Amino acid sequence: MSSYLLKRVMVLIPVLIGMTIIVFSIIHAIPGDPAETILGQKATEQSKQALREQLGLDKPWISQYFDYMGDLLKGDLGSSIRTKTPIAKEIVPYLAATLELTVAAMLFATFVGVNAGILSAWKQNSWFDYTAMIIALIGVSMPIFWLGLMEQLVFALKLHWLPSIGRMDQRDPVESITNLYVIDSILAGRWDQLWTVIKHLILPSIALGTIPMAIIARMTRSSMLEVMNSDYIRTAKAKGLSQFVVVYKHALKNSLIPVLTVVGLQTGALLGGAVLTETIFAWPGVGRYIFEAISSRDYPVIQSGILIIAFIFVIINLLVDLLYAVIDPRIQYK
Amino acid sequence: MKKWGSLALTLMLGAGLVLSGCGGNDASSNNGAAATSSPASTATAGASTQDTLVVGRGGDSASLDPAIVTDGESLKIAHQVFDSLLEYKPGTSEVQPSLADSWEVSPDGLTYTFKLHPGVKFHDGTDFNAEAVVFNFQRWSDPKSEFKFEGDSFDYYDSMFGPDGARVIKEVKAVDDLTVQFTLNQPQAPFLQNLAMTSFGIGSPAAIKEKKANFKNEPVGTGPFVFKEWKHNDSITLDKNANYWKAGLPKLNKVIVRSIPDNSARFNALQNGEIDLMEDLSPDDLSTLEGNTDLQKIERPPFNVAYLGFNFKKKPFDNVKVRQALNYAVNKQAIIDAFFAGQAQPAVNPMPPSLWGYNDQVKDYEYNLDKAKQLLAEAGYPNGLPDTVTLYAMPVSRPYMPDGKKVAEAIQADWEKIGVKTVIESPEWATYLDDTKAGEKDDIYMLGWTGDNGDPDNFLYTLLDKDAIPGNNRTFYVNEDLHKLLINAQKETDQAKRADLYKQAQVIIKEDAPWIPLVHTTPLLAAKANLKGFVPGPTGTEYYSEVYFE
Repeated sequence: MSSYLLKRVMVLIPVLIGMTIIVFSIIHAIPGDPAETILGQKATEQSKQALREQLGLDKPWISQYFDYMGDLLKGDLGSSIRTKTPIAKEIVPYLAATLELTVAAMLFATFVGVNAGILSAWKQNSWFDYTAMIIALIGVSMPIFWLGLMEQLVFALKLHWLPSIGRMDQRDPVESITNLYVIDSILAGRWDQLWTVIKHLILPSIALGTIPMAIIARMTRSSMLEVMNSDYIRTAKAKGLSQFVVVYKHALKNSLIPVLTVVGLQTGALLGGAVLTETIFAWPGVGRYIFEAISSRDYPVIQSGILIIAFIFVIINLLVDLLYAVIDPRIQYK
Repeated sequence: MKKWGSLALTLMLGAGLVLSGCGGNDASSNNGAAATSSPASTATAGASTQDTLVVGRGGDSASLDPAIVTDGESLKIAHQVFDSLLEYKPGTSEVQPSLADSWEVSPDGLTYTFKLHPGVKFHDGTDFNAEAVVFNFQRWSDPKSEFKFEGDSFDYYDSMFGPDGARVIKEVKAVDDLTVQFTLNQPQAPFLQNLAMTSFGIGSPAAIKEKKANFKNEPVGTGPFVFKEWKHNDSITLDKNANYWKAGLPKLNKVIVRSIPDNSARFNALQNGEIDLMEDLSPDDLSTLEGNTDLQKIERPPFNVAYLGFNFKKKPFDNVKVRQALNYAVNKQAIIDAFFAGQAQPAVNPMPPSLWGYNDQVKDYEYNLDKAKQLLAEAGYPNGLPDTVTLYAMPVSRPYMPDGKKVAEAIQADWEKIGVKTVIESPEWATYLDDTKAGEKDDIYMLGWTGDNGDPDNFLYTLLDKDAIPGNNRTFYVNEDLHKLLINAQKETDQAKRADLYKQAQVIIKEDAPWIPLVHTTPLLAAKANLKGFVPGPTGTEYYSEVYFE
């Protein structure tokens, strides 16, 4: 196991270096004068020139790349041009906000998706199966933007059940410690705020989790169907085990591998791709952080932000691979 | 056995539904109890007045030190935390005393002596005095100042008082504790107007020295509100300054400014009672707002202009007849009715009518397609323009132009009628600004401007003088007579004479038609009906100190 782990980790290094090169090239291919965009229409020519020099934008981009990598190796992610704050410090609350939302969305997606998939497979060709799969089809093609606004309209505006925006009740906030507000409110013993924080999580995580939920449901269903037809399940059934035990204990474990892949990939995708959800629900996450950096040509933030997301994505994939090995011990020997 | 399985599954599946269901029921009761300001509780419990204001706006601040920023979202917060020597009378661009009680100007217009308000303290408890003023101005003007931190540039100082090497302010001197004297290198007519800008808010020297680069995250001024906390892209919290030097202010105890990027989501939040005041209401939502008696509409005075600029580098737009012809072929009123929900007025001049020096004698080119065709024929194009015209339409929404592409399409249709074919291009914003500045790709471009300081110079010279090439004059229009007028107006200190010069300038501009001025918009805000005392400022910033809830 440990040599497998080591091997997998070593592979990450060239992947990450490749990432930096790709990100760096793409950013420098975007047209538009960053100095003008950053400082705005009202800045003077002189201060724009000063900014170009300070950012090294007047140097050839190869040398800009090596400067950047040099800083990176020293653990320096650079400073945001717009806010003039070190990125390593600035990005933490954004990452935490996105992490909290992603976890909630994936909990929703996995719980509902896996169960709906199992039930569909179990009751194949029943009305439940058809309904669930039609919902899954709609779910996959649902525009997040629209879904988010509809949720707000129904659950916040009409029913007044849930708050429509933000992460907690700002009028009476809990002090940030971990920046994960669920944990912060528990640490502070603020059960009222914990409840508020959870309520704030519900609508955005449903909006964000709907697509992965649908994908997971379909994946679970087909994977379950395959396993349910295998010999060992027939044996289990023949032994007279209850259907529940057969499905949840014997079949589920073996159908989980492809599902796990999907869960892993979707989690990674959500981390960076949550811009729309974060915009609609005013969620101060990393997707919006990078998006705003792109529109203001905040080069250091775009670079480091994407790199961090890529890094997390790679780590999640690693974890998924390691989990395979746990579920199916044959895998690590391949 | 089968029953067992189904039961378990139903339970698991149902759990999700049950959770959200319960959540709902508890939520409604909890909302009322926790948030003292939810619509239900304020409506019923009239006795307990709300003293926290929650504002929703589209973007976050870049920095909280007003001297180093140029964006409105940053200045909006700084406006609450800092006071300047002078300020604009709420709702206008007229200058009135603030930290400076009174001032004297020497006859040659080169020396300004300010008497400061006594007994004012910064939020950190240190005294506000003449030395503090001197410290701040030195920080902004000295390029080698040790208090100019990494990445800082004092753009508005450079832009209003001249860049290093061409400074307007020669020296700032503390005469005594409460008297400060400015000596200028040359007279500057809008000097007092400039001083009143939020960018020149006076910060605590002790805090700047102590916090250094972190001052931009933890600002300390003398303003009505004390900075408390900044959650980036989420919210900024300000507390009441209990020792504020203006008696009885601020009326609120706390202000929370939240960033809610999506216009519809922000309006939803207002309707749901999560915020009390929202900026930038979409004209589309106006009818919903007006149908809701719990809410009120707030109009910001028009202090902007949206326009189409002709690129003089491209033929045939160097021909005045062509430009006039296209001016005749734009139906401004129809555009306003269709895309601005009536919240705009047709623009005649490059500056808004509310600004002094506006020439209301100038007549607009009326919507007249025959006139337009005739002028095109005179210019040598009896059958319309031979080439397709590239019209740049803004890809982003701005207070003066909520949806540039739609407006461009309406204009396209009008021009089609006089034989001018256009193709609309909307590259991404940074590219857009770059392209129009270079003037190589666009034939006609759409842009706009919101005034900074209540001086006509900030519109006419900034946008149409030859000195503004390259930069804000993206038409490449050069008129020496106009240039002379505008430069003279900058040096003139008699406001009546200046106003006259600007009126002449507007006549020249109308005749030359480098632009098609489109609209002056009235940006919309919305608030709870019981919010009082909010006076929207023309430049986009306002004090929250007078705001209260009934």
